[in-house]
Amino acid sequence: MMRGVVVLRLAGLCLLFTLALPIQAAESLLEFDTPEQAEYYTELLGEYRCLKCQNQSLSDSQASLAIDLRREIHERVVAGEPKAAIDDYLVARYGDFVLYRPRFTSATLLLWVGPFVLLAIALAFAVRLARREPQVANDPSGSALDEARELLGESASVEAGSGQPDGPKGDQSDPLR
Amino acid sequence: MLLKLFPLVIFLGIAGFLWKGLSLDPGTLPSPLIDKPAPSISVATLDTESPPFDSAGMLGQVWVLNVWASWCGPCAQEHPQLVALSEVRDIPIVGLNYKDVPEDARLWLNRHGNIFSDVLADEDGDVGLDWGVYGVPETFLIDAEGRVRMKHVGPVLPSDLEQKLLPAIDSLVAS
Repeated sequence: MMRGVVVLRLAGLCLLFTLALPIQAAESLLEFDTPEQAEYYTELLGEYRCLKCQNQSLSDSQASLAIDLRREIHERVVAGEPKAAIDDYLVARYGDFVLYRPRFTSATLLLWVGPFVLLAIALAFAVRLARREPQVANDPSGSALDEARELLGESASVEAGSGQPDGPKGDQSDPLR
Repeated sequence: MLLKLFPLVIFLGIAGFLWKGLSLDPGTLPSPLIDKPAPSISVATLDTESPPFDSAGMLGQVWVLNVWASWCGPCAQEHPQLVALSEVRDIPIVGLNYKDVPEDARLWLNRHGNIFSDVLADEDGDVGLDWGVYGVPETFLIDAEGRVRMKHVGPVLPSDLEQKLLPAIDSLVAS
């Protein structure tokens, strides 16, 4: 019984491997003049979007359009074209969308600069808040505390050990103030 | 005051963008070819006896390029609209037979009717690649100066013909 299960599992594994083989074989058909070219090619494929299946890069898509584009890129890599030329070729046909890393143009300005603008605004607010805080918290003379005590009609000496001064202090650290 | 309004401003900004996003279709992609010179085509036609097609010969007239294939279901769905177009407007409709077997394409045309002025045989999809074709069917409108003026992705439905294609053709022919 157990043996039967193991054999079945092995058979299943073998089936999996045979299914995986054709894809491997198709990719290894590509020929390059140098290992650098092959590396460059693999690197490029990760930079371009498969247009048919938008959340995959060209390298891991089996859509027929992706296969065509891979063939085209392969030819250009073997011909020794730089990345900029291949970018231009693809963008002229399929638009900026094909690039995973969008170019810096007027249309993509907000995309590139936006996060830094938001960060700058956030920092400006953080600085403003940080500057305001010390005025309330660091009151070395304790005058605010004394004023509060006076208003409450209590004398500082009586309150020293009673724990009540915590009340006004607690108020002062209230962020709403 | 400004500090207190700030979260509201941010909320309204984000809400505005999300609201806009609701009405956008992530499937539609603008073609970078719009208003640019159409990629030149020089390719054999399905009719082996006629000379190869050269897009330079189309200069001076408004024409339509329809990308189709016999293996494409929606192409059969849109074909009646192309037939209707050929009946109401006298402009060339060129068929780009994309990644197809010539024999299958001929059979398909016999069955559905051949209204194409030329049927280009693009067995490898090279012409399609130059035109930035994503899939079939796609329809391009080219003006008399040889610029791409419109691209329709997917089947041309009767409403697309009436509201999109015909008005665009008429305004190009008139100018």
